[in-house]
Amino acid sequence: MKFLEKIVHKHEPKFAKGGKLEKWNPIFESFTTLVFTPAHTTKKGSHIRDGVDLKRTMMLVIVALIPCLLFGIYNTGHYELVAEMGDRSLPYLDQFWSKVGAGAFVVLPLLVVSYGVGLTVEFVFGVIKGHSLHEGFLVSGMLIPLVMPADVPLWMVAVATVFAVVIGKEIFGGTGMNIVNVALTARAFLFFAYPTSMSGDNVWMAGKEVDGFTGSTALGDLATFTSDKMMVAGSEVVEGTSQAAISAFENSYSMMDSFVGMIPGSVGETSVIACLAGAALLLFTGIGSMRIILSFVIGGFAGGLLMNAIGSNPYMDLPAAHHLLIGGFAFGCVFMATDPVTASQTAFGKIIYGFVGGLLAILIRVLNPAYPEGVMLAILFMNIMAPIIDHYVVQANVKRRLKRLKTA
Amino acid sequence: MSKSIKLKKGLDIRLMGEAVTVKTNLAMPKMVSVKPSDFHNLTPKMVVKEGEMVKAGTILFHDKYIESVKFASPISGTVKAIVRGEKRRILEVLVESDGQQSYVDAKSGVLSGMSSEQVKETMLAAGLWPYLNQRPIDVVADPKNAPKSIFISAFSSAPLAPDYNFALQGKGEEFQAGLDALAKLTQGKVYLTLNAKVASNEVFKNAKGVEINTISGKHPAGNVGTQIHHIDPINKGEFVWTVNAQDVAIIGRYFVTGKYDTARIIALTGSEIKDPHYFETISGANIAELLKDQITSDNVRVISGNVLTGDKISKDGYLGFYHNEVSVIPEGDQLKFVATKGWFGPGFDKFSNSRTFPTWILPKSKKFRLDTNTNGEERAFVVTGELERVFPFDILPMQLVKAAITDDIDSMENLGIYEVAPEDFALCEYVCTSKIDIQDKIRQGLDLIASECM
Repeated sequence: MKFLEKIVHKHEPKFAKGGKLEKWNPIFESFTTLVFTPAHTTKKGSHIRDGVDLKRTMMLVIVALIPCLLFGIYNTGHYELVAEMGDRSLPYLDQFWSKVGAGAFVVLPLLVVSYGVGLTVEFVFGVIKGHSLHEGFLVSGMLIPLVMPADVPLWMVAVATVFAVVIGKEIFGGTGMNIVNVALTARAFLFFAYPTSMSGDNVWMAGKEVDGFTGSTALGDLATFTSDKMMVAGSEVVEGTSQAAISAFENSYSMMDSFVGMIPGSVGETSVIACLAGAALLLFTGIGSMRIILSFVIGGFAGGLLMNAIGSNPYMDLPAAHHLLIGGFAFGCVFMATDPVTASQTAFGKIIYGFVGGLLAILIRVLNPAYPEGVMLAILFMNIMAPIIDHYVVQANVKRRLKRLKTA
Repeated sequence: MSKSIKLKKGLDIRLMGEAVTVKTNLAMPKMVSVKPSDFHNLTPKMVVKEGEMVKAGTILFHDKYIESVKFASPISGTVKAIVRGEKRRILEVLVESDGQQSYVDAKSGVLSGMSSEQVKETMLAAGLWPYLNQRPIDVVADPKNAPKSIFISAFSSAPLAPDYNFALQGKGEEFQAGLDALAKLTQGKVYLTLNAKVASNEVFKNAKGVEINTISGKHPAGNVGTQIHHIDPINKGEFVWTVNAQDVAIIGRYFVTGKYDTARIIALTGSEIKDPHYFETISGANIAELLKDQITSDNVRVISGNVLTGDKISKDGYLGFYHNEVSVIPEGDQLKFVATKGWFGPGFDKFSNSRTFPTWILPKSKKFRLDTNTNGEERAFVVTGELERVFPFDILPMQLVKAAITDDIDSMENLGIYEVAPEDFALCEYVCTSKIDIQDKIRQGLDLIASECM
């Protein structure tokens, strides 16, 4: 690597203060620090430092997302073929490589657009503010395509990414300063600005669909359970009882299929197994908070049980465990709720944050079918509530300390 | 009632180059330096002039604002130079030895018959006062304040820390005299905290007139701040004084022998030292002699004190006033290719408290050769929960640091700024993913509190 080092040293003076390319130093620095850890040394205080830095942390999050990405590519390819043939009963592992190819053809452009647009915006802000690229977007750029429906137009992804990075993050001061999760901001932006491209029955499967075929998702179908005309995978549930509806639903989206991820949905969210693999890495390395993930799942399960107990329509009768396996619950729980910047920062706050987040996700899903994807809204809402939760946890600490003063 | 405290939080950083318990006696150094910068926030006022003859114990300068706090020369000889920096700030006072080491005539009486006021006067006049540190703010104690207690830690748990059991062996009489003197300075108790993991020697075990507690756990168990927090926490408006164990012996020596004799045992440690062991020398000694033929590579950082809280000095620099060791570690001022030694690499050479590096998989006996590279660039706080794991206080570290950064006095007070010193945050600074200089931030917060609230 000596020759690369020589190149860096050769060009360094041009970008240094007073050099003729001084203005572009942030970009130069961003690229050199991708190849070399800079020669920064400690000045005082602690003379040695831990090996971990933000690049290492973010790299591991990206690694944790790879199972979801790979599964998402295959699943997208599968449902593209399903849509073209108009037949949901296509065996999942048939035509393996053509599905991989078809999926990659849809997902990789999403990835390229997300990273390309997002990093460009980040670099523009970096040059204006004079700092090198902060690593936050490396993860956001990966998350954005994974929470999009496969059929979303690329220009929308670009617009959403710009919105999320500028309004969601940079105006607050960049990585570490944002209030709401960047990737979810992108999704929420499209959800409200272009609802026809983000929800409904025709966006989840890429490619041309044959007439009369409905590419609905589990959540989309469940949303119809609160209406008079209950639909499952494009066909109406004739017998209008709750039992019939649930069993028709389980026929189309069995627990096992949902767990493995063989159901339609946003690109990377369908497979619980892939999310669990990511969760294992995040929890093991300590990057993801065990408190948040566990309490989020418990909160979701409690929400499901609560709905079962009320049980006034077929949607409410869906088994609580099944709720955790469909839609973006697992993905949101592992990769979105645990974002350390937007989550609660205190140990006890994390438990409340996770529990209420999980609970709300199910409540929004079931009680407000206009928003089938309750997880996104629940996490965004909790992002905004997190500072308040932290405030009360910090006040509890302050009070405990004051009490000590009085008893002393 | 003696307490036994067990800490769950903390971190022992395993570094190469621990000192073996062998002692070399060094000749009296030719040059010593008394550095006002060793005493935070001190504005010195010179008493002597360049070229003046001094004895060991002669006052060199005093605090401009608290004139009774005086600073003495550790050797006899000539004031060689008063080194000044920007705005004529005094950086250090150099004294050249005359090779004889004659002491100022003692005026000390018999300790047992002295009143609290007399002990205080004696210590102030002799230049022993700066050994007393005050919490809150972590500065030299103000003699006007009455401390509610005085804390002494019988061990240091910092990486490569010297073993006080070894350093104070056979100095029981001096140490006890020091404790007796300190006991006269407070209405409350003098607390001596021992390491529960390792047996302490007789000097500590047989200490009288003090309350002995034990503490076990990883670093910062040996930090006096941790011990105060768990034994007799500081509230707003209260003062606690702290003294380093070896300095207690120096204070006691004065009361026993009547001499301002700052002889102390220091450890020469670090991965770049050929033969890490102990030396007997005095405060402010020039370390060029110490390091001769000991450093194994050229590009090193010499630190007076330990690697977490010490001061960077040059290879021919001077030992700090409070320091009991000199650590030498490699400089990290090279570019490091990410796939072999950086954030993308396997990282077997990195010591990390997070599991993002395989430190946890390596045997506990493996020691590391860490350099001064920050291993990354400074960022805003992103990761949460990591500071708490190495901070054994009922204080929210990240929130307190943020309050200090934002100059939020109310929050700092509420969150416990009066209990902490920068050194308590040394481990937080070490583990911080965002590479924020946390000790510096806390120091700035304390300075603000000192100017606004004290």
